[in-house]
Amino acid sequence: MADWKSEVEEVVFPGKICVPYSWTVGSTLSKWYVQLRDDGEIWANRCPSCGKVYVPPKIKCLDCYKDMNDWVKLPGTGTVETFTVVHYHEPGLHPKKPPFVYGVVKMDGADTGLVHLIDVDPDKVKVGMRVKAKIAKERTGHITDIKHFKPLS
Amino acid sequence: MGKRVGIVGVGQTHHAAHRLDASGVELIAEAVTRALDDADMSLEQVDAIVIGNMDHFENINYVDMWATDGLGSCMKPVFKVTTGGTTGTTVGAAAYYHAASGLFDVVMAVGWEKNSESDTQAAIATCANPVLERDPFAGAIGPLATEYSMYMKAYGATEEDAAIVAARDRNNALNNIYAHNRMKVTVEDVLNSPMLSYPVKFLDMCPRSDGACAVIFAVEEKAKKMCDRPAWVHASVVRHDYTHFGDLEWQWMPTLERATLQAYKYAGISNPLRELDVAELYLPCSTCGVKWMDSFWFCDRGESPKKIIRKRVTEMDGELPINPSGGVIATNPIGATALIRVGEAAWQIMGRAEGRQVPKVKKALATGFGGCSWSDVFILGADLP
Amino acid sequence: MERVAVIGVGQTKYGTDKPETFHELVWEVANKALDDAGITVNEIDNVVSVSSDFWDGRTISSMAISDTSGAFGKDISTVEGDGTFGALYGMMRILSGSFGTTMVVAHHKGTESSMSGITNTAFDPLVERRLGLDAVTSAALQARRYMTVSGASEQQFARVSVKNHGNALRNPFAALPLEITVEDVMASPMVASPLKKLDCSPVTDGAAAVILAAEREAKKLTTNRKRVWLKGVGHCTDAFRLGDRDLADTRALKKAAKKAYDMAGVTTEDVDVVEVYDAFSYMEPLWLEGLGFCDDGMGPEITERGYFDFGGKLPVNPSGGRLSANPVQVAGLAGMIECVLQLRGEAGRRQVKGAEVALAHGINGMCGQSHCVWIMGK
Ligand SMILES: [Zn+2]
Repeated sequence: MADWKSEVEEVVFPGKICVPYSWTVGSTLSKWYVQLRDDGEIWANRCPSCGKVYVPPKIKCLDCYKDMNDWVKLPGTGTVETFTVVHYHEPGLHPKKPPFVYGVVKMDGADTGLVHLIDVDPDKVKVGMRVKAKIAKERTGHITDIKHFKPLS
Repeated sequence: MGKRVGIVGVGQTHHAAHRLDASGVELIAEAVTRALDDADMSLEQVDAIVIGNMDHFENINYVDMWATDGLGSCMKPVFKVTTGGTTGTTVGAAAYYHAASGLFDVVMAVGWEKNSESDTQAAIATCANPVLERDPFAGAIGPLATEYSMYMKAYGATEEDAAIVAARDRNNALNNIYAHNRMKVTVEDVLNSPMLSYPVKFLDMCPRSDGACAVIFAVEEKAKKMCDRPAWVHASVVRHDYTHFGDLEWQWMPTLERATLQAYKYAGISNPLRELDVAELYLPCSTCGVKWMDSFWFCDRGESPKKIIRKRVTEMDGELPINPSGGVIATNPIGATALIRVGEAAWQIMGRAEGRQVPKVKKALATGFGGCSWSDVFILGADLP
Repeated sequence: MERVAVIGVGQTKYGTDKPETFHELVWEVANKALDDAGITVNEIDNVVSVSSDFWDGRTISSMAISDTSGAFGKDISTVEGDGTFGALYGMMRILSGSFGTTMVVAHHKGTESSMSGITNTAFDPLVERRLGLDAVTSAALQARRYMTVSGASEQQFARVSVKNHGNALRNPFAALPLEITVEDVMASPMVASPLKKLDCSPVTDGAAAVILAAEREAKKLTTNRKRVWLKGVGHCTDAFRLGDRDLADTRALKKAAKKAYDMAGVTTEDVDVVEVYDAFSYMEPLWLEGLGFCDDGMGPEITERGYFDFGGKLPVNPSGGRLSANPVQVAGLAGMIECVLQLRGEAGRRQVKGAEVALAHGINGMCGQSHCVWIMGK
């Protein structure tokens, strides 16, 4: 297989799949995003059967597969459960220039964590650090309406 | 050797062009919940789940992982298969093999699609070989139009023959509360609808739909306990032979001929037109409902217009009712479409097809079709295989 | 239950710049597997291909290889995910009684697409995707969580990379054999803390094929020396959102592994060699805990003591693992092939002496959301 290249030029086609997409947000997350966009509040929902509180809200409890109709407002604070300082750059993908920080924030009042950006000096970020969600001024009804989490000082 | 397997529950969403009320995961949950209700069982009784769709229709990578909340699959075995248009039957077949292998007792197959979320034809075009064929390939309608115009020339089939099939399926859909397009249509309406690609007109062609379907398979011991009339799987066969478009036989469907022949052999069927009681066929275009009758062995090659279509053999009161549900030209959430065929055929056997029920169904045929040249066949029966 | 055997295997040399197309790669490994089994394509009665429409940039990506996999005129289906799941489907189809001999073939060309862009599409477009997460950054979150829970150090993770790249020196199929030290790993560029370049697997091209046969066929088709039995298998999925999981908790893997061990009727004590999914260095000790080879949190320390070295008590990833070649859909199947070669005594300079029982492991999704565990034996 390898020696054909000595006789023929290697040809490679570049390509890109260009298909437009839209994604229906659905009943549960629509409610969540409208609350976030209009009121700047982060809500969670609770399983009527086991009481587990999820953020982002769930359509069904992971453990019980029950509908989730019970909503609770969260204070927007939490604890950094894990983080990474990103040092490489993917243009068009990464929301910031490196170095920047992603973390999983265990949310106060909920049983789950929220993955998001943490706006903190990369040398100072720590597991267990207390943080609070910074709500964006201009909101469009997306996860970026939470601009990032910031250390509680 | 393997275990005998029956279908014990089927659920599907109300299909529509735009289900803006539900996300993809919510559609999946809707179908799963309905299938569990139909089988009168809880999710704990499901031992494994199989899911599939077409990746580039919603741009979700690892759909089997992403769908966890809707599937109820957290801490369960989940499996993803996908083969384009036949994904629905591929998912069904994988669920069947899960159970028939003896590794799992109760297995749920889930197919879904939100075709409203992307440009379906642009996504389909990416199935063509990127080096040789992708640039000139424009999607699904052209090849279907081409094969029928060849068939018309070879055997004297007409545009009206196709319109008869379109009217049959569309009018059948009036009896199906889940169908996407439900409209009373005459043969003339079809013939007068806008031309898409000669000889295929607007009302000949399938729509793009949002929807999901779930089908629950169980091994014999469990199926007998869970359901008083399971739809037993008598055959599950796939054939596929595409490498390049130019290599394909266009005048008939070799993969469909081979797949059905093998399936009939497994099911002990020698005269399918007579021995089958109902068929839910993946006919993406009414023209296929004329041309492919040959490849289903319902008649000799070229005889479909005269012996099947014009004699109305496949209407609801005919010898072999085809697509009581309205079929694919009424409802087409692509990754679910072929699984809906299996689910509808199962309901016909289980006696749960409501307004579209064909009386006394003992043997049912369900198929999946996919470009390019995928043919999947299921034969279900009221009696144990 | 009837037994199923692996009767033939084939793999390409894995590389980071392979010029062959998908169908050429598959042609190579399908033929190698047939030759290895000593059968012709006519004796294959069905094919399971493993590919990804995302990585291949093609809808119904398996159509690129349906001819060279020998599927013409046969029953074929396509699994999208790791090759271990493809093998599982191959086995199910045989156990169902519908088929006797299955070709399972997987292909992948990581160099032809964008790892970051493609794995970003594994995140929910409604929530996390816009944040720009990908396989590397999410793995980094898992690595940090694992360090927090277990007390592991970055040096201990680096030790895994040193071991596996070193093992690859003995494997002619590996893409990235390296003689390196813990200091080299620690000094390699930081990608996403705590993961450095040498903690991450290389973008890789390659293909692999295995031929599975029912006991009735396996007897007929091949000699005792070549036959390796698939003794147990299990798979299981955890929650989707990273925040829904404790990323250091391997409960889904534990459940999958228990099923595989129970089915095979073996315990961890019986296993002689392991091929575990080490796409990132930290994954190896984490999954080894989930597989039950050490207590939770002890993986890094036991690794450091040399227990999982090639000459250690339980050699792990003698092939060099995914750290030395990670053709995504192929990766777990390559691990199964390594186990087959080890059990046959054909692993050359990396042969684990007297290997009787082997374990192979593959994952799907981000941070090992889903696992497939295989127990194989002579
Ligand atoms: Zn609950």
